[in-house]
Amino acid sequence: MSVVMRAASDIERPPPRARGWPRTRIIGYALVCLWIVFGLGIVSYLFFAWNADFFAKYAPAYARGLGVTLSLVAISMVLGAILSVPVAYGRMSSNRILSGLAYCYVYFFRGTPLLVQTYLVYYGLGSFRVELQTIGLWDFFKDAFNCGVFAFSLNTAAYQAEILRGAIESVPKGQWEGAASLGLHRLQTLRKIILPQALIVALRPYGNELILLVKASAIVAIITVYDLMGNAKLAFANSFDIQAYIWVALVYLVMVEILRHGVEWIERRITIHLKR
Amino acid sequence: MPSQNIWILLSWGPDGWIDDIAYGALITIALALATLPIGLTIGFFVAWAKQSEEPSLRLAANIYTTVFRGLPELVTLFLFFFGVPILLQYLVRYFRPDATIDVNSFVAGMIVLSLIFSSYASEVFLSAFRAIPKGQYEGGYAIGLSNWLTMRKVILPQLLRIAFPGLENCWLSLLKDTSLVSVVGLAETLRNAYTAARVTKHAFLFYGVAALVFLGLAILSSFATSAILRSLGKREAQR
Repeated sequence: MSVVMRAASDIERPPPRARGWPRTRIIGYALVCLWIVFGLGIVSYLFFAWNADFFAKYAPAYARGLGVTLSLVAISMVLGAILSVPVAYGRMSSNRILSGLAYCYVYFFRGTPLLVQTYLVYYGLGSFRVELQTIGLWDFFKDAFNCGVFAFSLNTAAYQAEILRGAIESVPKGQWEGAASLGLHRLQTLRKIILPQALIVALRPYGNELILLVKASAIVAIITVYDLMGNAKLAFANSFDIQAYIWVALVYLVMVEILRHGVEWIERRITIHLKR
Repeated sequence: MPSQNIWILLSWGPDGWIDDIAYGALITIALALATLPIGLTIGFFVAWAKQSEEPSLRLAANIYTTVFRGLPELVTLFLFFFGVPILLQYLVRYFRPDATIDVNSFVAGMIVLSLIFSSYASEVFLSAFRAIPKGQYEGGYAIGLSNWLTMRKVILPQLLRIAFPGLENCWLSLLKDTSLVSVVGLAETLRNAYTAARVTKHAFLFYGVAALVFLGLAILSSFATSAILRSLGKREAQR
């Protein structure tokens, strides 16, 4: 190619697509085929194992379980959000004792498995039955669903406190100072200036936390709550039919994908003004 | 309710339960350590596929992470633990009609946790891949290294250093996820605490001990990772 011609066509363009069958393409096609075979296998299994009795018997239970799962997640998420505010405040406080306490809270709930925390609430609080009865809280902790909500709220509060703290600290200090020089009150500054900027940063972590909570909510099936997973366990125990778990896996996968794409969509919408 | 002295319950020996829980803690550590190399290897290759120029490879890798990050850990575990024996039995029946197959809960836990760990680790590796400038690859090719050698000698050492903090998080969640395997009967920390709580009726005590074990493991691994980071930092400074 002559120099003159190159100068004429010297535009940055992506490298040409590799032609033929390089090794990566062979591996890639093989893996995609493997996934297709896997997917077809599951679909055909569900097709051939189609059992009208199974469906008629357990589909309503699954729908009820889905309701339980969603309400568990929604209640825990909201309670956790409320509880995370004082914890995040404590984490950012300059008071040694306050920040130490908040740090221990966050460290405990992030450092131990959610399953252990759930057991600790559901089985563990049974050790204090008499004391709880005297203060009238036993009726609350007797119910497995309430225990699940309690443990999940405490757990997600620790994670959400860290999200909130990180988001608020990501806003530059000059924003606080600017607001102060305009004579805004601290709370006003937080509400009108800091939080709108912080929440954009926090949206994605909050979305991830919600997804994690949906996935983790399957744990309550172990403490005898009949959520989606609990009903699947029951259906499997009664029928020994593995499609009980396959259906439930599909429902969870769809739920998580909807949430993930929903969060991405919201993020695209609220960051339009930042694009250039 | 048996009102035994809790110090006897917490002693080492036939009357106490601490030896059982300590043994369970060893199983927990063994499971997490056995999962780690498999998960890291798969995660690395998945991330490599994700940043490849070949669309089919990217698609296959993305399906992998979508599936294993989207499914709850417990559902994956149950699907594997109950589903694979059925599948294998189906295949083995062709050769030996009387065979029955049981999946060892340690192995099942190891495989499922590797799948989950690798899908999270692949995201960490992917962002590390993106942080490495293209010139590093070009430099590798320019001195005549093959694709694989460039990856091993030039890219991988930098990649691990960049990915390390993210991988630390993955490790901590792996450590916590091992507790789920107790549900399919692996006698690890939580399972043994459960047994102890059932037998002695001191549920809060033993679940509290289990929580402290996990907390201790988390603290221990944060010491270990900061030591590794420090040595990595030293090597960085020597260059």
